[in-house]
Amino acid sequence: MAEYEFDTEGVKKTITFLNRKAPYGTIYALEVLESVLISAAFEQHANIVFVDDGVFQIKKGHDTADLEMKNFLPTYGIIEMEKEDADEDEDMDMNWRIIVEKESMEARGLTPEDFKVEVEVLSSAELADVLATSDAVIGG
Amino acid sequence: MKFGILVNEGPFTHQASDSAYQFVKAALDKGHEVPRVFFYYDGVYNANKLSAPQADDRNVVKRWSDLATEKNVDLVVCVAAGLRRGIVEDNLMDGFRISGLGQLTEAAMGTDRLVMFGD
Amino acid sequence: MLHTVNKSPFERNSLESCLRLAKKGSAILLLEDGVYAAMGGTTVADKVASAAKDNSVYVLGPDMKARGLAEGQLIDGIKVVDYAGFVDLVADNDGVTPWL
Repeated sequence: MAEYEFDTEGVKKTITFLNRKAPYGTIYALEVLESVLISAAFEQHANIVFVDDGVFQIKKGHDTADLEMKNFLPTYGIIEMEKEDADEDEDMDMNWRIIVEKESMEARGLTPEDFKVEVEVLSSAELADVLATSDAVIGG
Repeated sequence: MKFGILVNEGPFTHQASDSAYQFVKAALDKGHEVPRVFFYYDGVYNANKLSAPQADDRNVVKRWSDLATEKNVDLVVCVAAGLRRGIVEDNLMDGFRISGLGQLTEAAMGTDRLVMFGD
Repeated sequence: MLHTVNKSPFERNSLESCLRLAKKGSAILLLEDGVYAAMGGTTVADKVASAAKDNSVYVLGPDMKARGLAEGQLIDGIKVVDYAGFVDLVADNDGVTPWL
């Protein structure tokens, strides 16, 4: 069928990428990450959120050699760089936040120092406020 | 209103594809537009023309295909997710097209609501 | 915001996470296996009843019927909608957050 022609000129939305699954047990962590990377080209605002077992995705020290699976932990570093570039570029109107839910983190015995990237740690109430402002939510 | 739909799972194993289909049908019946349905993760399997379910049950793949031809809904299979899972032009059901993940971001930007169906 | 929950509260923590992270005054739709959370007499019923006071909680009728659940078993305050109602919920709220 024909490609739908969207008119997205001047559109600026807030897309929340909701990560709730641990890495490697399923593919959702990796494929959501790929969708985050692709979305950078569209310069939308994004909340990259880690809740429940999603917090394990960014825990340091993945070593997948014995599983013969791709270790995609370094890719979160690219996300962080995209965010930093956007923050520093005054001409770019792209606000990306990397957010971890405090309750999810603490329930799993983790602290911000355990993570590969710098995160905003939000309480459930604070995160609820952020989620309420999403225009679209992508997850897996 | 314009709805974008994201389907995360393949036919039969999960209810996601069924729920998405019923939602799209209801939305179109109400006069809304569904400019794009994006198939990601195992959702790409909904485009497998080799699917041959039992005759006394719904044909999930064909149903989506009919929606494309009858209602002009743009059914997009993610190229990367498709390649991983062996959904390519050779076995692509009529009515689907293969394209990049950017088409999902575009749908999120260009529709009023993005509705996701998964496991 | 409309929050959707499609898995049983006895299988997954999706409902629990949804209730923790849905801002008060949200709409919540239980569909697919999530409809089991709408039934009274379970270990989650009190939690769901309480959520139904602070939020508008809905359950998808076709999914209830498929699973042999009767409207008479529903927790007080939960409303049944069909797919047309589901579409209205999406249109009437400013976005959808899915809790898989």
